[in-house]
Amino acid sequence: MRGGRSALLVAPTGAGKTLAGFLPSLTALAERPPSAERSGLHTLYISPLKALAVDIARNLDAPVAEMGLGIQVETRTGDTPSHKRTRQIARPPDILLTTPEQLALLIAHREAADLFANLSCVVLDELHALVTSKRGDLLALALARLHRLSPGLTAIGLSATVREPDELRRYLVPQAPNPPPSGGEGDPRMESREGSTAPSEGISVAPLPVAPRPPSPGREGESRPAMAELVVVKGGAAPDLRMLDTGLTLPLAGHTAWQAMPAIYDLIGQHRTVLVFVNTRLQAEYTFQELWRINEENYPIALHHGSLDATQRRRVEAAMAAGQLRAIVCTATLDLGIDWGDVDLVVNIGAPKGASRIMQRIGRANHRMDEPSKAYLVPANRFEMLECQAALDAVEAAAQDTPDARLGAPDVLAQHVLGMACADAFDPVMLYEEITSAAPYATLSWEDFEAVVDYVATGGYALRAYERFAKILRGPDGLWRVRDARIAQQYRMNVGTIVESAKVKVRLARGVRGKPGAILPKGGRVLGEIEEDFADTLTPGDTFLFAGEVLRFEGLAEDEALATRAGPGTDPAIPSYAGAKFPISTFLADRVRALIADPFEWDRLPKQVADYLVQQRSRSILPGARDLLVETFPRAGRFYLTAFPFEGRLAHQTLGMLLTRRLERARMRPLGFAANDYGIAIWLNRDVGERIGRETDFLEGLFAEDMLGDDLEAWLDESAMMKRTFRQCAVIAGLIERRYPGQAKTGRQVTMSTDLVYDVLRKHQPDHLLLRAARQDAATGLLDVKRLGMMLRRIQGRIIHKALDRVSPLSVSVMLEIGRERVYGEGADEILAEAEAQLLEEALA
Amino acid sequence: MKKRWLERVRPPFPKTEDAVLALGQRLEKTTKAPGLTLAGETLALDLCGGLWLAAHRTLIVSDLHLEKGSAFAARSGQFLPPYDTRETLACLHEAVVRLDPACVVALGDSFHDARGPERMEPGDRAMVAALQDGRDWVWIAGNHDHAVSEGVGGRYAETLLLGGLTLRHEPTPDAPEGEIAGHLHPCGKVAMRGRAVRRRCFVTDGRRMIMPAFGAYAGGLNVRNPVFEPLFPAGFTAHLLGDGRVFAIGKAMLSKD
Repeated sequence: MRGGRSALLVAPTGAGKTLAGFLPSLTALAERPPSAERSGLHTLYISPLKALAVDIARNLDAPVAEMGLGIQVETRTGDTPSHKRTRQIARPPDILLTTPEQLALLIAHREAADLFANLSCVVLDELHALVTSKRGDLLALALARLHRLSPGLTAIGLSATVREPDELRRYLVPQAPNPPPSGGEGDPRMESREGSTAPSEGISVAPLPVAPRPPSPGREGESRPAMAELVVVKGGAAPDLRMLDTGLTLPLAGHTAWQAMPAIYDLIGQHRTVLVFVNTRLQAEYTFQELWRINEENYPIALHHGSLDATQRRRVEAAMAAGQLRAIVCTATLDLGIDWGDVDLVVNIGAPKGASRIMQRIGRANHRMDEPSKAYLVPANRFEMLECQAALDAVEAAAQDTPDARLGAPDVLAQHVLGMACADAFDPVMLYEEITSAAPYATLSWEDFEAVVDYVATGGYALRAYERFAKILRGPDGLWRVRDARIAQQYRMNVGTIVESAKVKVRLARGVRGKPGAILPKGGRVLGEIEEDFADTLTPGDTFLFAGEVLRFEGLAEDEALATRAGPGTDPAIPSYAGAKFPISTFLADRVRALIADPFEWDRLPKQVADYLVQQRSRSILPGARDLLVETFPRAGRFYLTAFPFEGRLAHQTLGMLLTRRLERARMRPLGFAANDYGIAIWLNRDVGERIGRETDFLEGLFAEDMLGDDLEAWLDESAMMKRTFRQCAVIAGLIERRYPGQAKTGRQVTMSTDLVYDVLRKHQPDHLLLRAARQDAATGLLDVKRLGMMLRRIQGRIIHKALDRVSPLSVSVMLEIGRERVYGEGADEILAEAEAQLLEEALA
Repeated sequence: MKKRWLERVRPPFPKTEDAVLALGQRLEKTTKAPGLTLAGETLALDLCGGLWLAAHRTLIVSDLHLEKGSAFAARSGQFLPPYDTRETLACLHEAVVRLDPACVVALGDSFHDARGPERMEPGDRAMVAALQDGRDWVWIAGNHDHAVSEGVGGRYAETLLLGGLTLRHEPTPDAPEGEIAGHLHPCGKVAMRGRAVRRRCFVTDGRRMIMPAFGAYAGGLNVRNPVFEPLFPAGFTAHLLGDGRVFAIGKAMLSKD
C-alpha cells in the first residue's frame, strides 16, 4: 500500500483492519516536513454508518495526539454544523471521515475539483456491506469521480471475508472505459470537443483531467479487468460455535423459540455481556418480553431495533459501551459496526439465513484475534435445525455466501448525473467514460447512458412535454449545465439511496380513570415509530407487540398512533409489522437439500430431525438434492398442493402468486396460498392431484419457466410490492420528493400517491427508465424473480409428484404457516363486500 | 345497460395485488347498478366515478384536474409522467361511449390550474373536442380553474340547476336538499384483519352528495376528516369504487387515516 497501489484488505472482525487502512496515510503525513505547506485533503475515509465514522475519529485522535503527529482529523456527517462544513471546504483537514451520502454531496460541490485535487488515499470501510446495495452504486460513481479528479489516487477497501474478493478488487480501481459510439452524424464526441470554454455563471469550464488508468497487477491479456491488490489476514482462533439443544422436541413451524428462553436466560447468567440476534423486529419484541418474564435476577437486558425511538437506541448503545448491560436483544441494526464493549457470547435465534451473515454476527463477540468467538445457534423449529446444521458445516469449512456483484441501478445513476451537472458543466462522452470505469456500471451502453441524461433533463418521456422546463441544458459547446440554483438545491435535498418508508410515531396515551375506553389524547411518551402501511391496517382495539409491550391501538391523532398498555396476559392480535426478513441464501438452501437427500448425513442431525426425515421417507418421498417434490392431498373438504423448492420466502411468495394465477386459468379454483423459506402450500376447490395424475404434462406445464413471461408481467403490473419498489426508484431518481421525518403531513388530497403515477406510466410508457429500474430491483429484491428463475431451470424434468391421502410430515411444516400470514387470495372487493354486509345488517336490525 | 355494467373489466384504479387471485372465493357480483334518489331524481353511481342521470341523459364528473402533471413541471420541476390528461380523457371517453349522454357536466377543477388549457397537447385538445361533439358540455367553475371555457369548447357556469338538483363545485354548509358537489376528493378506507383498502367514493346522506375526483392524478381526502362533519351532521353512507362494482359502506365501518 505504501507503493501507492490500491488494495483490498480482507480480515476477520477484531483484526484491527480499520487502523491498518489508515497506516499508509499516517506514515505519509508524519513524514511530511514540519515546514511543508498543507496541501489540502490527504485522506478520505468512508463508512456505512455515521456512528462508525465518529467512533473511528475518536480512536484516531488519541494516537495522533499522543505521538504529536500534528495531523488534523475531522468528521463530516449530517450533524456537522454548517459553518464547519463551509470551513472544511475552504481549509480541509488532512483526514476527513464521512459517509457515502456526504461524499456524493462533496463531489457535486462547485469546489470539488480543488478540494480533491491532492487527495492521495481513500479508505472504504465495511466494503462488503456497502457493495450489495444501491449505496454501493452511489459510492462506486463517487469513487470514479475521485479517481478522475485525483489521478494516482490509492483506494483501500476494508472487508470481512467474502466469497468473491475479485469483485471488490475491481470495484476499487477504474475499469477499462466503454468506447462511446464514434463516427456518423451527431457524433457526440466531435460535437462536444469543438466548443472549448464557454463560461457559465462566471465559472470557467475546464475539461476535467482524465485519470490515467493505472496498470493493474498481473494484467497480461487485454481482457483481464483491472483489480486492486489483495491482502488477506488469516483468521485468528476458530469460532466456538454450537447449536443449542435443549433436549425438547421442537415444533414444525414457528419462529419464536419459546422453548429455548430458559436456556438462553441461563447463558446470560453465565456470561458478561450477551448479544441476542434475531431476524425480525417482531421476534426481537417477543424475545425481549419473554426474557424479562423469567428475569428473576433482574439482569439489565435491553432491546435494540430500527423502529425504536433514536434516543432510546442511543441510550442502549451507551449503556452497552459502558458495560452496564448483561444482554441486548437486537436485529440486524447491530450487525455492523462499532466495537461494542465486552461481548463474550453471541446467541442467534432462528434460522441463520446465510453463512456469511452468521459469521459476521459471531464476530461481534470478543473483538480479539487470539481468542475464539463464542456463539450459539438457536433453532426455533425442526427445519431451522437443518438450517443451523448447514450453517455449522459452512462455518467449519469457512465457506462464504455473500451475494453477487450488483449491476448498477439506473435510478442511482440519474441522481449522480444531476449531481455532476451541479458540480460543473459536463461533457457527455467524458462523463460516460468516467461512469463506465466504475465496476457496477462497466457494462452500461451509450444508449442507456443517453436515456439517463434525457431522463434527468426532461423526464425521459416519449411525449416531449417538458422540454421548456428542462433541469439540465446542453449549450452550443456541447456541455450540459444545470438550469439554475433551485435545481441544484433540489439535488442536495434528495441525495442518497436510502428511502425510508413513511412512519408514524407511537405515543402512549393515558386512560381516563373510571371511564374504560376513554383516553386522554396527549401527554404520554413516544415509544418509537411504526410503518405507515402497518398503521393503516390497524383498527381501534387491535393489540400488537411494540417496544417490548403489548399495546392496544386507540386511534390516530394527527400524525401519531395512540396506544395504551394492554392488560396483562393479552395476546397480540395483529401478527406482525413489516420488518427485515432475509430469505435463506442459495448456498445454505443447497446444503439443506443435500442434508435431506443423504441419509448417511442424518447421524449428525439432532435425533428428532432425523426421526422426522425417516417418517417423511416412509409416508411419502424424500426428494434428491436437485429435485422438486410436489405433494397433493385432500383435507377437510379442500385439496392441497405443496411444493418444496427451498428458495426462500420471497421467491416462494412470487411463485405462489404465479402458480395460483395458472391454476385459476386451468379452472382448478385455487383459494389461497401460504409460503415459508422452504416451501409453499396452495389450497383449491378442485382435486389437483387427480388432474396431475390424469394429464401427464400438467405438472411440468404448471412449473414451466414461461411463467416468468406474461404471467409475471401481468402480476407485476398490479403488485403492491412492485409499486413500493417503483416508489423507491422514483424518490432516488428525483421524480418525486422525499418526505422528511418531522415534515408536516399536508393531507392526502395534496400529496398524490405514487401508485397513481405508476398506473399511468406503465400504461402509457411501459419501457420508461424508472419502470426498467423497478423491474431490475424486483429481480433481486422483494420479489426475488432471479432466484425463482434459477429454480425453475433447475427442476425441469426433475419434478416428483406424490399423491397422498393425507398430509405428509414435510407438508405439515408449511401448512402451519396458513393463518400466520395474510391470506393472499383475498381481493379488495371481498373486504369491501364484507364491510357492506355489515351495513345491511345494521339496516335490518 | 345493465349488461354493460358487468362487461366493464378494467377498473379505473386497480389498487391491490390480490384482486385477480382466488376468484373462486369472490362473492357474486350484484347485477343491479346501485341507484339512489336525491331530491326526487334517480342517480346511478357509475364505477368510473361519474354520476349518471338517466332521466336527463346527463353524465356528471368532478375534479378532472387535467394538466396536473404539467402544472408540477412548470411550478416545481417535478417531471411526473405527462400522460395524466390523456388517461383521464380516455376514462371519460369510455363512459361517454357507453352511456351516450346528451349532456356532460364537469363539476369544477376540470383543469389543475388556470393555465392548464394553454399547456394541453394538441392531441388531447382534439380529444376534448371529439367528446363534446354532438352534445351539450358544461364546465362548472372550480377553485383551481375559474373560467376555463376559452379555447376548450363547451359552455361555462357557476352553478347549474337540473330538475331538483343544484350542481356546484364546492359544497355549501346550509345548502337546500339536492346539492351535488365535488371539491373534497372523498376517499373511504376499510381496514379488516390486517388489510386495508382505500378507494375513491361518493358520499351522501340522502339530502346531498359529494362526488369522487375523476382525474388520474387527483389524490383523495379521507371521509372521516373533520371537514365532512358539518356537511353531514346526521352521518352518511360512502359508496366506494371497488374493482368490480360500487360498495355501500356505513360510516361506522370506515377508518380514519
